[in-house]
Amino acid sequence: MLDIKHGTKTFLPGTPNAHTAMEDLNLHLEKGDFVTVIGSNGAGKSTLFNAVAGSFWLDEGQILLDGQDITFMKEHKRASMLGWLFQDPMKGTAPHMTIEENLALAYSRSKRGRLSIAVKKEDTRLFRDALKEFGMGLEDRMNTQVGLLSGGQRQALTLLMSTIVVPKLLLLDEHTAALDPATAGKVMEITNQIVNRNHLTTMMITHNIQDALTTGNRTIMMDSGRIILDISGKEREEMTVSRLMELYSQSGAGTLDNDRMLLTK
Amino acid sequence: MTLLIGSLQLGFIYGILALGVYITFRILNVPDLTAEGSFTCGVAISAVLTMAGHPWLGMVLAAAGGAAAGICTGLLQTKAGIHPILSGILTMSGLYSINLLIMGSSSNLTLLGSDTAFQLLIDRLGMNKEAVRALLSLVLCAGCTAVLSWFFKTHTGLCIRATGDNEDMVRASSINVETTKILALAIGNGCIALSGGILAQYQGFADINSGVGILVVGLASVIIGEAIWGRRSVTIGLISAVVGSVIYRYMIAAALRTDIFPSYFLKLISACIVAIALSLPELKRRRELSAMKKRGKKHAGH
Repeated sequence: MLDIKHGTKTFLPGTPNAHTAMEDLNLHLEKGDFVTVIGSNGAGKSTLFNAVAGSFWLDEGQILLDGQDITFMKEHKRASMLGWLFQDPMKGTAPHMTIEENLALAYSRSKRGRLSIAVKKEDTRLFRDALKEFGMGLEDRMNTQVGLLSGGQRQALTLLMSTIVVPKLLLLDEHTAALDPATAGKVMEITNQIVNRNHLTTMMITHNIQDALTTGNRTIMMDSGRIILDISGKEREEMTVSRLMELYSQSGAGTLDNDRMLLTK
Repeated sequence: MTLLIGSLQLGFIYGILALGVYITFRILNVPDLTAEGSFTCGVAISAVLTMAGHPWLGMVLAAAGGAAAGICTGLLQTKAGIHPILSGILTMSGLYSINLLIMGSSSNLTLLGSDTAFQLLIDRLGMNKEAVRALLSLVLCAGCTAVLSWFFKTHTGLCIRATGDNEDMVRASSINVETTKILALAIGNGCIALSGGILAQYQGFADINSGVGILVVGLASVIIGEAIWGRRSVTIGLISAVVGSVIYRYMIAAALRTDIFPSYFLKLISACIVAIALSLPELKRRRELSAMKKRGKKHAGH
């Protein structure tokens, strides 16, 4: 589904601050893969996502999504094929618009009747049914401004918005990190539910090593813009958190410099 | 009586200006200074075409001219990456020359002896002159409000609203933010110029300086309207901008009648109204903070 070939990106090249955020990175995702991505801060995880989503173009290399070369495709054009969630729950929704309008906006990706009324009756029913499954009571607050919702509710809504038109690839950038543990668990549950039902090809960045090993079917570890570990199947099943930490320090990446990584058991 | 109905007529005409300002200021979230130029542009185009015997076409082309100015500002903002406020200032300055060019390099034109849309209608309907003038203003203003209120419920309208609310999210929804911004500026300035075009025919003259301070007039209308209904849905926002414009005209009429100020003080008063209204939320916050501090001190004393 996704192919990155020899992806390389250097920020501020030719200056003393030059920083290679991605170095000859190769990654292949099968359709339906759910990959968890781990690594310390600055390892290149978000750079990888930004490159796929088109926030910048690669210096070298190529990105293919479902066989289509998207290396130099504009950001908003490839957005139609992607779902992208961020850590900040404020980032994915328009606060002064209602739940219904936010969903209608996301749903309009599927059809392009530019001058037709955005919120239609039959769509509302679809939105309501989808929200009901979250069990958060959002289905009864369709005309509430999104700015009034809690972080967890907004993140669940964003998740639905990103997947209501089934994307070819779903990118989750620590989307539960800003939530309290109980809400984070709930949002993870909704995530799994949506991903499994639609057989979505998904990449999820997380600092929770436990989550990284139990969610999805494959785990990659990044360091200095490269993939230093890529496990799936039996090898992944037998992997433990402590073993993973050990591998990490052996990789030459030096010590773990991320508190969150160490503190999560 | 003349003052009462006159204020109502002006209120509706400037109400279309308020709609345009509402679109750029509240929906797109950018104070757009193009207004000062595009308003005069509408005045100029409408006056020149009325003199040539095409008052209705004059209104349509006035709106088109304003939209073109808006597109220009939009292109400067998005494609050239110039700061939104500076983009508006650049277009506004440039328009001064264009407007003079349209008006045949004279700084004012009179429509005395030309058939304006108002005059044509008065002749056709044979009703009371002031009633017809009020009616035409109302119909034009209500028409614009209805069309805009429908438009902001469509997909494209929703995209524009979201652009002003959360640009990142709009981009992530596969919508071209640059296009929605340019479109919103075009529609907003189209309304502003249409308002100028109607005003020129209403008052029977065009002046190169009609646009000076017009953004503040629009802002005052929007803010007065919000003081009544608060910030709710877009339809209510549009209607309250028009109502705000009518109230603003009555406030001015009252101020002029009482002879407290000379009439040239109007712009200063408008600016003060807008400044006070915009600073209210911050002043309220400060007052709450100081109240909290006082309470805290009292408790600490025990």
